[in-house]
Amino acid sequence: MITVSIEKKLRTYGGGQALKLAAEFLTGSVTKIYGPSGAGKTTLLKMLAGLVRPEKGKIVFNGETWLDTERNIDMPPQKRKIGFVFQDYALFPNMTVREHLQYATHDDAWIQRLLAVSNMTTFTSHKPAYLSGGQQQRLAILRALATKPQLMLMDEPFSALDTQIKIVLISELQHIFNELATTVLIVSHNLSELESFDGNVLYVGNQ
Amino acid sequence: MDLSPIWLTLKLAAITTLLLLAIGLPLAWWLSRGRSGIKLVTEALITMPLVLPPSVLGFYLLLAFSPQNGLGKWLLHTFDVQLVFSFPGLVLASIVYSLPFMIGPVKSALQQLPVSLAQASYTLGKTEWQTFTCVLLPNIKPSLLTAIVLTFAHTLGEFGVVLMIGGSIPGVTRVASIAVYDAVEQMDYSSANNYSLLLFAITFFMVMAVFIFNKYHAKSPLE
Repeated sequence: MITVSIEKKLRTYGGGQALKLAAEFLTGSVTKIYGPSGAGKTTLLKMLAGLVRPEKGKIVFNGETWLDTERNIDMPPQKRKIGFVFQDYALFPNMTVREHLQYATHDDAWIQRLLAVSNMTTFTSHKPAYLSGGQQQRLAILRALATKPQLMLMDEPFSALDTQIKIVLISELQHIFNELATTVLIVSHNLSELESFDGNVLYVGNQ
Repeated sequence: MDLSPIWLTLKLAAITTLLLLAIGLPLAWWLSRGRSGIKLVTEALITMPLVLPPSVLGFYLLLAFSPQNGLGKWLLHTFDVQLVFSFPGLVLASIVYSLPFMIGPVKSALQQLPVSLAQASYTLGKTEWQTFTCVLLPNIKPSLLTAIVLTFAHTLGEFGVVLMIGGSIPGVTRVASIAVYDAVEQMDYSSANNYSLLLFAITFFMVMAVFIFNKYHAKSPLE
């Protein structure tokens, strides 16, 4: 179980706005997050990842305190065992598809499986500049999964995928998430594309 | 023609560039991350050699390295090292003088990389050092090469600072630019021309090599 209670001033949402959130996420569950642009959805994921620090708050993951601003606890992202799919993919231009995965893990069998489920086996020696938008997005998902994360944070992860690939990939991802008992938080503008994901829905923004 | 000033210049430029790589990369990385008062002052100090007359910089370095004063006195008494009119003194002065040429391009390139690159690496469990060496540095190769060549070429062309700190001791501190000056003073225009042509050719080919490398390798701002 993840217990989150955070407060963070937002720069973008009309100025002077704050993101206040208190929520609980069951281990192994999938939560679909939606809300208006600039409401703090990405900021919420980054706070859970330890990439952004809220002014006030507490995050407890399966009994382990990741963040407690009152006790000045802030576990670095490296120790949180998370996977993060960035909206801009954040792929490394110097690395090929395989090198991205090898940078994250030394488990070759796992790398092969990830490449197979995403239909990326023929592109292993390609660098991001030579991949299509959809292939880049799939690589961003694979890289985040490579570490077998206990918490998967996905920011608009399927926006560049065509419907056919999206359906197959989501089905494969569900298998992997179940297998790893990964807790998943997915931010999306388009909730309908996540219909096949069983899970809760969380609105972030002004009620 | 006595080639020792050319060899000495190349040796000075190579040592200075290597040392500046070791000092400049971490410093540029630190400066590229966020803002603070200390960083602002540090950056202003690093930029000073670009705008100060070399003789002013040389004068203050001469005072600092002098065996009669603070740092120079301490170095002489503690390590028996004299920096004034010595090759190590030239190296130290060159490091100060060429520092902005190493820091500037590297810092700008690091700042232009999306923050999410480093963040993605952290979420994969990688340390700051692993992120710097495996993700950030390889993606600023053209800027890094530019910084290395600029530093090397700038050190080749030093005159005012090296003259103040090192004078013109053959084989010890008499670098090519000083040799050109000495030759002109003695009205030996042939030697002055030979040294000048060699310096021109070396610098020209280095700058050309950078342009060619960057033209074929910098396919995108990130590569």
